[in-house]
Amino acid sequence: MNGVHDMGGMHGMGPIVPESEEPVFHEPWEARVFALYRATSSLGRWNIDAARHARERIPPADYLRMSYYEKWLAGLITMLEESGLVTRAEVENGRRAPEIPKAIPPLRAEQVAALVAERGWFERPVNGLPRFAVGEAVRVKKINQTGHTRLPRYARGNVGVVDRVHGAHVFPDSNAHFRGESPQYLYSVRFSARELWGESASSRDAVYIDLWEDYLEPA
Amino acid sequence: MDHDHQELPSDPALRVMALESLLVEKGLVDPAALEELIDTYEHKVGPRNGARVVARAWLDPAFKQRLLADASSAVAELGYVGQGREHLVVLENTPERHNLVVCTLCSCYPWPVLGLPPVWYKSSPYRSRAVIDPRGVLREFGLEIGENVEIRVWDSTSEMRYLVLPERPAGTEGMNEDELAELVTRDAMIGTAKVTLEETPR
Repeated sequence: MNGVHDMGGMHGMGPIVPESEEPVFHEPWEARVFALYRATSSLGRWNIDAARHARERIPPADYLRMSYYEKWLAGLITMLEESGLVTRAEVENGRRAPEIPKAIPPLRAEQVAALVAERGWFERPVNGLPRFAVGEAVRVKKINQTGHTRLPRYARGNVGVVDRVHGAHVFPDSNAHFRGESPQYLYSVRFSARELWGESASSRDAVYIDLWEDYLEPA
Repeated sequence: MDHDHQELPSDPALRVMALESLLVEKGLVDPAALEELIDTYEHKVGPRNGARVVARAWLDPAFKQRLLADASSAVAELGYVGQGREHLVVLENTPERHNLVVCTLCSCYPWPVLGLPPVWYKSSPYRSRAVIDPRGVLREFGLEIGENVEIRVWDSTSEMRYLVLPERPAGTEGMNEDELAELVTRDAMIGTAKVTLEETPR
């Protein structure tokens, strides 16, 4: 979706503000949101692409105003409701609805180490060879879909050169909507800064973007 | 505020507390697992892992070669907490080339080697500008990159994760792996800093 989360190339967002001695979490509730998200994600009722899409669907004005973990909280509630693990009424009342059965065994403390170690592996075996080879010129298709995609707007229509073939990976545009993993080849494509941003950009610089095969066509 | 959510407390701390108690009551979450998760990311996983990777690469040319060819396999040799199979690519800085990592679409970041990202990395200013004005962004971090140096910006749009291998500073010739790792900062492994002998690690 052409959402406000797709920020590459936007102006006017203000200065970058690094913080020295930054804590991992600034408030205890941020740590709780993070842990609640990891613990409930491990139940297998959604996937990382669906969770990203839940955050992208936060209304734009709210998205820009919210802190990072406020967005995680909003996305978590969306995933919990849409997966049927909780109802809207339960979230609003803060109480389990008596008619709704208690669920599945939760993540246990002794399982955390294994969960942390398994960040996820998204490469999948596929039949067939990559359509594009390293060194080949490719053009990014102009795709404006309303669902989830990992194709940033600033890349669309531009020509780059394949720098690496990462193998076939789970396709987020499908996986986020529970339409299957539909693995396909993933490429690291090099774009000159001038191709993306015009003559004012440095002639030396480049941006590398990971792009799935469906996003590309021969140049 | 969204009409549907009018009855929810606006304070996120209260909302999270209410959500947690609901999830515990429903048997979806075990509080002990939450404590374990928080402890892991606050104390066990962090940029010290990445610093060890960098220090090893500086000292061991064969390891560095394996790291640049297949970082996912090479980092497995080090055996740190939070390590698992991860799609990792290591990008080498040289006198002619400077690498910078961003995620314009969300906040993708190599957790096992760097821990959770700092707020600025996840912020709109960095996500929007790193790709269109990397030299201006680096100047904001106090880093001036010469016109003769190529800047490569890596937008983390997939599950591939990127870690910068900074240049080893002069004057560190006699140092061992632990001493070198102490010099390597988080920002140097994102690409917004260089490793120096003077700087306090961040």
